[in-house]
Amino acid sequence: MKARVYVTLKRGVLDPQGKTVCASLHQLGYREVTDVRVGKFMDVTLGGLPRREAEQRLKAMCEKLLANTVIEDYRFEIYEE
Amino acid sequence: MKFGIVVFPGSNCDHDVYHVAKHVLGHEAAFLWHKDTTFAGVDCVVLPGGFAHGDYLRAGAVARFSPIMKSVEAFVARGGLVLGICNGFQVLTEAGLLPGALVRNGGLKYICRDVHVRTERQDTPYTSRIKQGTVLKIPIGHGEGCYFAPEEVLKELEEKRQVVFRYCDESGQVTAGSNPNGSLRAIAGVCNARGNVLGLMPHPDRSAEEVLGNAQGRRIFESIVYAWEQARRQRI
Repeated sequence: MKARVYVTLKRGVLDPQGKTVCASLHQLGYREVTDVRVGKFMDVTLGGLPRREAEQRLKAMCEKLLANTVIEDYRFEIYEE
Repeated sequence: MKFGIVVFPGSNCDHDVYHVAKHVLGHEAAFLWHKDTTFAGVDCVVLPGGFAHGDYLRAGAVARFSPIMKSVEAFVARGGLVLGICNGFQVLTEAGLLPGALVRNGGLKYICRDVHVRTERQDTPYTSRIKQGTVLKIPIGHGEGCYFAPEEVLKELEEKRQVVFRYCDESGQVTAGSNPNGSLRAIAGVCNARGNVLGLMPHPDRSAEEVLGNAQGRRIFESIVYAWEQARRQRI
């Protein structure tokens, strides 16, 4: 079983990296881009857990370590390989 | 007085703090390995600057789970003095011992230079010898020092006077130009509600001796010693 965990900056938290990427896209002529936010994802491989328990444990992992909920939002998808 | 300096893998200002405590102030100092779980006899714990655990994931995110942090939390609960400098400040926010978080500098660049900070209150152990309003010149060196907290937390910080240092210009005015990293409300250092935990991005450990061209950071260490001596006198 695998999970892909997405961690992104909350709205309202300044993302200078995203702003820089956005400006660069504008320079390349992609004027339609109105905003870019840069985040990260983590591929987590899990073994021997029923799906529901995996969900609960992933949520705890995100809250404890993978995301800082003061500044970041997270979501994850669980899938079988 | 005895300072205990936590050494995480990747700490790089541990020796600076040790030197200030032992050789500049003339007090006792000991290194505390991050896997230790006790530090008997320590009066002030310092989490030094650096890149604990490589700053992987987020600065301070892994360090906050180092074994010693449980003891640090218990020490804080007993009223012990804990000072987090730069990376140490990041560890303290990740651990929830201080409110808010430190995010990427507004200008994206790693900044290493002197800045000015205004002392917002004298009634903390870390500023006991620094009058309110005093401007200190102290160097910073960080890429992720932009202080962030939700609006309601910022309001509470102001109400409880937990902002101890604010970026300012040489004359003490808080201006857009004097804020090096985009920190909300120009926050350079905050304490917890009780006042025994302080985190700040500037490095008093790098500005504690005349030979370094700047000894203004020493006043923070001298304040700690003074506050500790006052507290000891009250206990006797």
